[in-house]
Amino acid sequence: MRTPSGHTVYAMAAEYESATALYEAAKRVRDAGFKRWDVYSPFPIHGMDQAMGLGKSWLSAVVLCGGITGLLTAAVLEFGPSWFIYPVIVHGKPFDWRTVPAFFPIMFELTVLFSAFAAFFAVLIMNGLPRWNHPIFNWDRFSRATNDGFFLAIEARDPRFTEIEARELLESTGGQHITIVHED
Amino acid sequence: MDSASTAPGVISDEKPLARVPLVLNKRNFSWLTERISGVVEQRAPRWWWVTFTITATIATFGLFCLGYQISTGVGTWGLNHPVGWAWDITNFVFWIGIGHAGTLISAILFLLRQKWRTSINRSAEAMTLFAVMCAAIFPGIHVGRVWMAWFLAPVPNSWGVWPNFRSPLMWDVFAVSTYFTVSVLFWYTGLIPDLATLRDRATSKIKKLLFGIFAVGWRGSNRNWRHYEMAYLLLAGISTPLVLSVHSVVSFDFATSILPTWHTTIFPPYFVAGAIFGGFAMVLTLMIPARAIFKLQDIITPQHIDKMAKIILLTGSFVTYAYTMEFFMAWYSGNQYEKFAFFNRVFGPYWWYWWVGMLFCNMLSPQLFWFKWCRRNIYVVYFVCMCVNAGMWFERFIIIVGGLHRDFLPSSWGMFYPTWVDIWTFIGTLGIFTSLFLLFIRFLPMIAMSEVKIVLPEANPHHGPTADHPPLVATGKERT
Repeated sequence: MRTPSGHTVYAMAAEYESATALYEAAKRVRDAGFKRWDVYSPFPIHGMDQAMGLGKSWLSAVVLCGGITGLLTAAVLEFGPSWFIYPVIVHGKPFDWRTVPAFFPIMFELTVLFSAFAAFFAVLIMNGLPRWNHPIFNWDRFSRATNDGFFLAIEARDPRFTEIEARELLESTGGQHITIVHED
Repeated sequence: MDSASTAPGVISDEKPLARVPLVLNKRNFSWLTERISGVVEQRAPRWWWVTFTITATIATFGLFCLGYQISTGVGTWGLNHPVGWAWDITNFVFWIGIGHAGTLISAILFLLRQKWRTSINRSAEAMTLFAVMCAAIFPGIHVGRVWMAWFLAPVPNSWGVWPNFRSPLMWDVFAVSTYFTVSVLFWYTGLIPDLATLRDRATSKIKKLLFGIFAVGWRGSNRNWRHYEMAYLLLAGISTPLVLSVHSVVSFDFATSILPTWHTTIFPPYFVAGAIFGGFAMVLTLMIPARAIFKLQDIITPQHIDKMAKIILLTGSFVTYAYTMEFFMAWYSGNQYEKFAFFNRVFGPYWWYWWVGMLFCNMLSPQLFWFKWCRRNIYVVYFVCMCVNAGMWFERFIIIVGGLHRDFLPSSWGMFYPTWVDIWTFIGTLGIFTSLFLLFIRFLPMIAMSEVKIVLPEANPHHGPTADHPPLVATGKERT
C-alpha cells in the first residue's frame, strides 16, 4: 500500500494519553480481529499480554534447554578428565562416579551460566534485535515511547487492514495524533 | 451474639491503611526521565572532576603496586610462614561480599515483589560488577606467576595436566567467573530500555550512535516486553541461587580445611549473611551522597533507606548469631585447639581487631537500627554503614590471619605485618572501585527508569478509583 506521495505505508498509528487508555484500546483492537499490530510503552504494562491476546512467552523453554546443556557440559568436563583422561586419586577421593558430590558446585555454576546466556540471547533473537532501524521510528512523536508516550500501531500487512477501518478504530478508542507511518 | 452485632461497627471505624508512595511528590513519568537522564546529560560538575582525579590517582597507584608485585614477586607482600594468606584473600572476600547486595536487590527482592528495589537496583548492580572486578584481582595475582593463570581453565594441554575439579579453589574459579558473567548479562538486560531512552534524547550525533548501538534498537514494543519480562524473571530466578552459592563456595575454601576456626559447617550461611550485610552498607555508602548530590530524594526516599537499614539489622543479627555460635561450639566441642583459637581471637595479639571490628562494628552498631529515629537519621545510618564497611574487612582478616598465625605447634607461631605494597594494593582497589562508580554515574542512568515508572500509580492500567478500590487517603496512620 502506498500513499499519494509514493511512500509505502507501514502502519496506522495513534498515541494514547495513559497506560489505562492504551490498555483499553488494545482490547478493542484485539477484539476487532487484527493480528499484525503492536503497542509501545516506556515500561511493560501489567496485563497487556492478555489485552493483546498474547500467550505466555516461550522463552522459558529456551532457557531450560540452555540449563540442561550447561549441566551436561559440566558433567562431561568433570568426568572426562577425572575418569578417562587423567584418573588420579586426590584428597583421598576416588576418580569415578563415587566422587560426584565434589562435582556438584561446578555443575550448578555451569547450569546457571548457560541458562543466563540462553536467556540473554533468546530475548534478543526472539525480539529480532539488535536492529539498526525500524519504520515506527519514522514518526517524530514516537521518541516519547521511551519517555512517557503510549502508542498503538496497526500494520498495513495485516490482512484486515484498510486505512479507513484502522483510522476509525483508533479514533473510536480515543487515539490521538492518528497518522500513517511510512515504511521508508 | 453480642460480638456479632458490634462487628460491622468495628469495621466501619477502621480507617483504610494507605501505603506511602515509593516515588514522592506525585512525580510523573516525564519528570523521572528528565531527572534521571539529566544526571548523565548535564556537564560533569566540578566536584565530580575533583573526586574523580583523586580516586583515579589512587587507582593508578594501586595499579602500579600490582605491576610491582607481578614483576618482582609475591615477596613484596608481608606473607611468610605461618601466615600464607593475609590481606590478599581478606580483600578478595571483602570485595566479593560487597558484590552480593547488588544481586540480592536485583534478583531476590524482584522475586519477592519488593517494588522499592527499583530505585536502587541499577546502581547496586553496577556496584556489584565493580566490586567483583576488584575482588578478581587478588586471587589472580596472589598465585605469583600471573602468566600461568590460564592453568585455572580446563583446557587440554601438552602436559596432560587438568585442574582438580574436586578442589574448592577450582569451584571458586567457576563460581566467581559465572557470577561476574551473569551479573553483567542481568545488568545489561536491565539497561537496554534505559539506553533507548537516552538514545531518543541524545542531541549529539556521537551520543546517538553509541546509545543507539547499545540500545540494540529497542522500541518499547509490547511484543518485545513480553519476552523481555520473561527473560528478566528467569535471570532473577537463576541469579538467586547463584548469589547464595558464590559466597558459600568462597567459604568452602576455608571450611574444607582442617584449621581450627575454619573447619566449620556454619560457614556457608554465615558468609552469605555477612556478604549481604556488608554489601548493603556499601550500597548505602554510595547512595546516600548520590541522592543528595543529584537531588533524587523523591526517588530514593527515607522509606528506601529505612528498608535497607532493616536488612542491615536482619543480616547483622544473623552474623551476630554466627559469631556467638562459633564461641559456643568451640566450648561445646571440647576440642582444645578450637577453644584456644577462639580464646586467642578475643585476647590474643589481634585482640583489638575482634573488639573493634567484630564486636563493635558488626555486632553492636547495627543494633541502633532497632530504633526508627536511627533509621531515619542520615548521619546515624551513614555512621553505621561506615562501621559495617570497616567491620566486615576486619572480620575477614580475623578469620584468615587469626586462623593462621597460631599454628598447632607454638614453635611455628608468627605474626603478619603488611608491607606498603599490601596496603597500597588494597587502597588502590578502593580507588578503582570508586573511579568505576563515578564513571558509571556519568555515562549510564544510575536509576532504572523503565522500572521506577512501573511503581507509579498511573502505570497500572486499572489505576483510578473504582467501586472496589476506593481512593487512598492519607489518614496519618500510614507507614512512612
